[in-house]
Amino acid sequence: MPFDWMKIPYSLLTLFIVLNYGLLLGALIQKMGARAGRRYGIPIWQNYVDLIKNYSIRSSITHGSMFYLGPVFRLSGGVGLLLFVPTIYGSYMFSNLSFAGDLILALYFVFFGTLGMALGAGESGHPHAAIGVTRGLSQVSTAELPFALAVFSVALQYQTLSVTDIVAAQQGGIMNWTLFTNPLAVAAAMLAFLGTMMRPPFDVVIAPQEIPIGPPTEYHSSYLALMQTNRAIFPIAKIVIYMNLFFGGADNWPIFFLKVFVIYLWSAFVGVVFPRFRVEQSVRWFLVWALPLGILSIVLV
Amino acid sequence: MKEELLKRWVKGPDGVEFEVEPMSDYFCEAPPTVMPAAYGKIVEDMFNWARSESIWILGFGTGCGAIEMRPLMTPRFDAYRYGIQWRPTPRQANLFVISGYLSTKTLKRAIRAYEQMQNPKYVIGLGSCTINGGMYWDSYNTIKRLDDFLPVDIYIAGCMPRPEALLAGFVDMKKLIRSGKGEGANLYAKNFEWYKANQKRVIHDWDMPDYNW
Repeated sequence: MPFDWMKIPYSLLTLFIVLNYGLLLGALIQKMGARAGRRYGIPIWQNYVDLIKNYSIRSSITHGSMFYLGPVFRLSGGVGLLLFVPTIYGSYMFSNLSFAGDLILALYFVFFGTLGMALGAGESGHPHAAIGVTRGLSQVSTAELPFALAVFSVALQYQTLSVTDIVAAQQGGIMNWTLFTNPLAVAAAMLAFLGTMMRPPFDVVIAPQEIPIGPPTEYHSSYLALMQTNRAIFPIAKIVIYMNLFFGGADNWPIFFLKVFVIYLWSAFVGVVFPRFRVEQSVRWFLVWALPLGILSIVLV
Repeated sequence: MKEELLKRWVKGPDGVEFEVEPMSDYFCEAPPTVMPAAYGKIVEDMFNWARSESIWILGFGTGCGAIEMRPLMTPRFDAYRYGIQWRPTPRQANLFVISGYLSTKTLKRAIRAYEQMQNPKYVIGLGSCTINGGMYWDSYNTIKRLDDFLPVDIYIAGCMPRPEALLAGFVDMKKLIRSGKGEGANLYAKNFEWYKANQKRVIHDWDMPDYNW
């Protein structure tokens, strides 16, 4: 298959747009959380300033090579996830590097960053980092189960492993969305979604008041800035998958921004309403509430 | 020196004997270095602006003044709207607020926390206790003048200063950083021996290396 080189600058453009949207959206959601707590909240450009500040720190220390690679893995997880699924349906410019089996690859990339973080934070040698990573891995693993089941259910439903084909099957009106054709899978996936967004009730991984910030305890200056960059890209990339699989995709940028915002808002909404779960509670919650929905959706398909 | 800090032979759980030297195994012994502004004026100005607009405070209350920081995190005063946040770890923090009196025992931890912060880093002395000892002026167990032990950028006077005074102090701190005068970390590195001598004068059970990176 001949490779189209023009895809590379186009993909970088997607990355640029998503990075900026992620930084602004992250601040907006934080502001909404603050308003729910009757605070004014951070300025909307705060994430940019924090990013520049962290890149401008003069000194940094290292704990070894994995400590370097942790944030790099995390960022490549976010960027990879974004680059291998089509961002805008039907657009040549923003279909990125999607291919026939990209759904399976996307499932891997969702987990990739967490694993990289586990290795990097493990080498930092800080006990809080180890505790945080242990919690993170067990929680994300159980959240991944219903999500994987929902993805398989959707793949069975449309008889394809290509995200583009799945989006194509949902075109032609809101009633064709997976949300209405396979509601159980969407319900399972949206419950799993809560578990991977690091917001309450599933934010025990970073638990700032208890194990100071968890995995990134030892990370600072540029390492931290790299992870902040990923924090802007990764949630959006994940939401792009959700949008493509369950909510009919987007065929232009305004629709994309709107859908991503609404899906992001779902986790923020749950986050400001519910207090934090302990890790065994959240594992049990996923297994009791989300997993049966996923199994049921597979059985019914 | 305490017994567990001495160099000694240890038998591991798998039966292998090995030598440990806690004071040099777990810490870096290299003294801090002066790190001048590395880029041109325009870039450094932008960096200074970013540093001033994104101040991350180490969430470590060293004395009674820490209680004045809590209202700043909550709706009444909400310092987050000024780009001020609290970080739970010294690695990510830029500003260390010494909140009130500092006992020699806490000074030890304050020094370690300060040295683990990354350059550029700033110190605010909150309350009269950090200026001249305040109401603890004749205490045997607190330090009287914070500036002898850590390079202080700004003092906020009062006993206790209200959260509003703290906010005003943060605004002054921002001006200082923006004009490129927030170079406490380099001052500390330059006068390292003087600071160390002062610290060792009051901390009698010195059981840590001279510099904890």
